[in-house]
Amino acid sequence: MEKKPKLAIIDYGMGNLRSVLRGWQAAGAEAFLVRSPADIARADALVFPGQGAIADCMSLLVKTGFDHSIREWIAADRPFFGICLGLQALFAESEEGGGCACLGVLPGKVVRFRLSPGFKVPHMGWNSVSFRPDVEISKGMDGRQFYFVHSFYAAPADPALVWGRTEYGGVSFASAVARGRCHATQFHPEKSQSGGLQLYTRFLTLI
Amino acid sequence: MLSVRVIPCLDVNKGRVVKGVNFVDLIDAGDPVLAAKAYEKQGADELVFLDITASSEGRGIMRDVVARTADQCFMPVTVGGGLRSSEDIRAMLNAGADKVSLNTAAVQNPDLVSDTSSFFGNQCIVVAIDAKRRKDADGWTVYTHGGRNDTGRDAVEWAREVVRRGAGEILLTSMDRDGTKDGYDLELTRAVSEAVEVPVIASGGVGNLQHLADGILKGRASAVLAASIFHFGTYTIAQAKDFLASQGIPVRRV
Repeated sequence: MEKKPKLAIIDYGMGNLRSVLRGWQAAGAEAFLVRSPADIARADALVFPGQGAIADCMSLLVKTGFDHSIREWIAADRPFFGICLGLQALFAESEEGGGCACLGVLPGKVVRFRLSPGFKVPHMGWNSVSFRPDVEISKGMDGRQFYFVHSFYAAPADPALVWGRTEYGGVSFASAVARGRCHATQFHPEKSQSGGLQLYTRFLTLI
Repeated sequence: MLSVRVIPCLDVNKGRVVKGVNFVDLIDAGDPVLAAKAYEKQGADELVFLDITASSEGRGIMRDVVARTADQCFMPVTVGGGLRSSEDIRAMLNAGADKVSLNTAAVQNPDLVSDTSSFFGNQCIVVAIDAKRRKDADGWTVYTHGGRNDTGRDAVEWAREVVRRGAGEILLTSMDRDGTKDGYDLELTRAVSEAVEVPVIASGGVGNLQHLADGILKGRASAVLAASIFHFGTYTIAQAKDFLASQGIPVRRV
């Protein structure tokens, strides 16, 4: 039998990662939670599911040393997957909570939805994603719907980073970004039923 | 385009679905995990579990139901009923719930909404508002304890306050309409939806598919919740979505 890819999920103590863990397991990975950067050494891929407020997330990443691990991992172009706040944290800064410096792995900033009345924030529910046709793991998935829940979104400074776009309230925002083997989604694949798990399964083929 | 969410709600007592669920292919109509899986297959966009268990040992059973559901269903799950403290909330989120809904506890201790939404994130904290039309004047008041206690609070004002405190969503139930099959209280739904920035889920009174469409088009809700029309097999989730689509409402198909 073929060996399952080993996938480390960063657990910096902000909450429940059960769905993320089960999602990756269902997609075919030998997935496990890691609480210390030392534990990622044996992993083939790194997953960063951000949770809570960005300021708390960043201070916990710095405290645990995961900030360095993430930067080094992506700099070496090893397979990486960020989810929700795990996408936003990759950028240089976020305006959440009055402003917060982030990991600065990708150029650009994270901004809040400013929409006309009638459009609710958070952007919550299932929305479609237009994927860039040349990204291997989303081939054939253009227009699929995924589950979102967020009030902020990333505005990449480099348009080449945009992997997928989603429209909400007249704003077309980067709902997925990619560079090399670094991938990140604003939506939650682990909450997006079969389409989400398919995306995880495809990502595992990069390993 | 963002789809309107269709959300079935399952009442759970001591780990069993109250009254059962009437799906032809379901082996055990009382098993909430099987019911959740069946709804996922039908294309439900989210799921709400309402725990009506009175005893504290029942809470442990509910956490187990949530954990087993989270292991098998890859869709958002909200759990409400009897959550009193931030410890209760943490335990339910750790079990695998994506959101918790607070009702009586929020009214008794509004700081619970502020504290838990800033710690766990606004998106985790839903405030459930049970509202009844005033007899003496215009408007609606908030009820707690499953509709038994009139708090005297104005429902629209209360919605504004909990959103200011950080609630990420409002689950709005008309106690006048709940169980009647006469449709949502559309005036109430619209008044609350237009008063707050966060999404409002319409609940209470659905008897047919037109009621769901009215909740969106006339009530301005972001999502529609129903229980009996789905449980008793009157309509499937897919039929509900076909109807909503025929009314020009964007829905997700599976």
